[in-house]
Amino acid sequence: MSQVSSHRLEIKDLTVAYHRVPAVHHVNMELHCGHCVGLLGPNGAGKSSLFKALVGLVPKETGTVAFGGHGKEGADRDIAYLPQRSMIDWDFPITVRGLVEMGRYMRLGSWKRFGKDDAEAVDQALANMDLCDLADRQISALSGGQQQRAFLARALAQKAHVFLLDEPFTGLDKPAQDLLSQTIRKLASAGNLVIASHHDLKSVPDLFDQVIFLNGELIAFGPTGEIFTQQNISRTFQTPIFSGEHAGAVEPHKI
Amino acid sequence: MNWLTEPFRHEFMQRALFGCALIGFTNGVLSSFIVLRRFALMADAMAHSLLPGVALALIIFGLSPGSLFLGALIAALLVAIGVQVIAGSTRIKEDTALGLLFACSFSLGLVLLSFSPAQVNVSHYLFGNILGLSDSDLWIIYLISFIVLPLLVAFQRPLLLLMFEPSIAASQGIHVRLLNYMLVGLIVLSMISSLQAVGVVLVLGMLIGPAATVYLCSDSFPAMFWGGGIIGMLGSCLGLFLSYWLNLPSGACIVLVLGLIFFAAYIFSPKYGVIEKLLHRRHRHEESLARWKGKL
Repeated sequence: MSQVSSHRLEIKDLTVAYHRVPAVHHVNMELHCGHCVGLLGPNGAGKSSLFKALVGLVPKETGTVAFGGHGKEGADRDIAYLPQRSMIDWDFPITVRGLVEMGRYMRLGSWKRFGKDDAEAVDQALANMDLCDLADRQISALSGGQQQRAFLARALAQKAHVFLLDEPFTGLDKPAQDLLSQTIRKLASAGNLVIASHHDLKSVPDLFDQVIFLNGELIAFGPTGEIFTQQNISRTFQTPIFSGEHAGAVEPHKI
Repeated sequence: MNWLTEPFRHEFMQRALFGCALIGFTNGVLSSFIVLRRFALMADAMAHSLLPGVALALIIFGLSPGSLFLGALIAALLVAIGVQVIAGSTRIKEDTALGLLFACSFSLGLVLLSFSPAQVNVSHYLFGNILGLSDSDLWIIYLISFIVLPLLVAFQRPLLLLMFEPSIAASQGIHVRLLNYMLVGLIVLSMISSLQAVGVVLVLGMLIGPAATVYLCSDSFPAMFWGGGIIGMLGSCLGLFLSYWLNLPSGACIVLVLGLIFFAAYIFSPKYGVIEKLLHRRHRHEESLARWKGKL
């Protein structure tokens, strides 16, 4: 295999808890760059908590996260987190280019000027995500799919290698969904690791080459062809979430 | 042209103008952060909660700007901590705790002021008295501006990340909580420097108006940052002159001028103004036609 596979995200014994109530239990996984991974599980299964723990937004109760062999304590530029679209204030006074430039800010610190390298990285990210024509638009003047691509471009400008996408396909129509799916495949084949939480089980085989089934604990992880089975789906979606407010509330999901 | 130069002959007017320009600029720059971080309500509450500190300082130390400054600072801190304690230890949410504490704090201030020495005019602290700026008041204004402005410029990038989306900012390694505290601290400092000029009730106009105006006219953050400062400065000075010429209260004139500038932008802004909205309804025939043609 090429050098692509040498980059991997290792999650060992990861537990995340809110106020001592665990949301993610002792998860062990090793993910390799170059894949599009779907993160599946019912509401409250800990999908967002897993993402947040990976980028250091919530503290880890136990366990470690390492990327490319380096231990990760908290926030890191290698890993980019893209929250759900509904979380963003789209009226913010910023253009698409401004948004992508934000990806460079942490490299620059407070005083360093925005240099040639930075401008190049931004241009490249815009071109990569097919946003050059829209660069000067205010971000609310974009369609849902374009908004997702703008955030991906920001992560590209940040030179991230791991992209954590929270429900990226929610609210997109079919053509926009197809385009976004092509885009994340392109990102993966360029040697990045894309992990997206996802709700619509029907589209999973078209979108992802690997899947993670999560329901508080890791239920299954592997290539879509082997792991995406009716048995794993019912194990994930029909077992009760065993902690927190929802404990004991069994709510079988329809597929 | 006598009416134009006449005000400058008085020393108190020169002082007032200088103080006004500086306060207007600092508050105007800060206003972009308050508008985008949605701190307007919190800023209002903080401003009102300065009053008991000022009143206590007046009773104990009399009219000395240093002690007024300290009293205001301590009062603001106590309310800020009180809000966190109440919201953190019960099911009461932050906005409820803030609203309650600010009303109580303001009332306490009013009660305390009635015990203060007879020569103190309560309305000076509620609505400001910029014509009465003393040398030490001016020094406090300088000092606070020279703390607030450089810090805002230095932390412009992380602050921008924070205001846009705190969780992405945190994922990029920004200390969101520290940065938030810093911002609130700068807002309180800036309010204290405006206490003499516009008072605790009216300061909110200076801390929101300028950026709200630019927000309707531009999609660029630097424009909001600097434009807010410039509008704040010019509006404050114009308000001061109007109050002089028309013999009206200065704080109210300043806020009214800033309000008028905002309404002008609300109606006439070429970007997000009402007229523009009515003229160019969202139905974009040409755009959709071009799209169809592209597909065929």
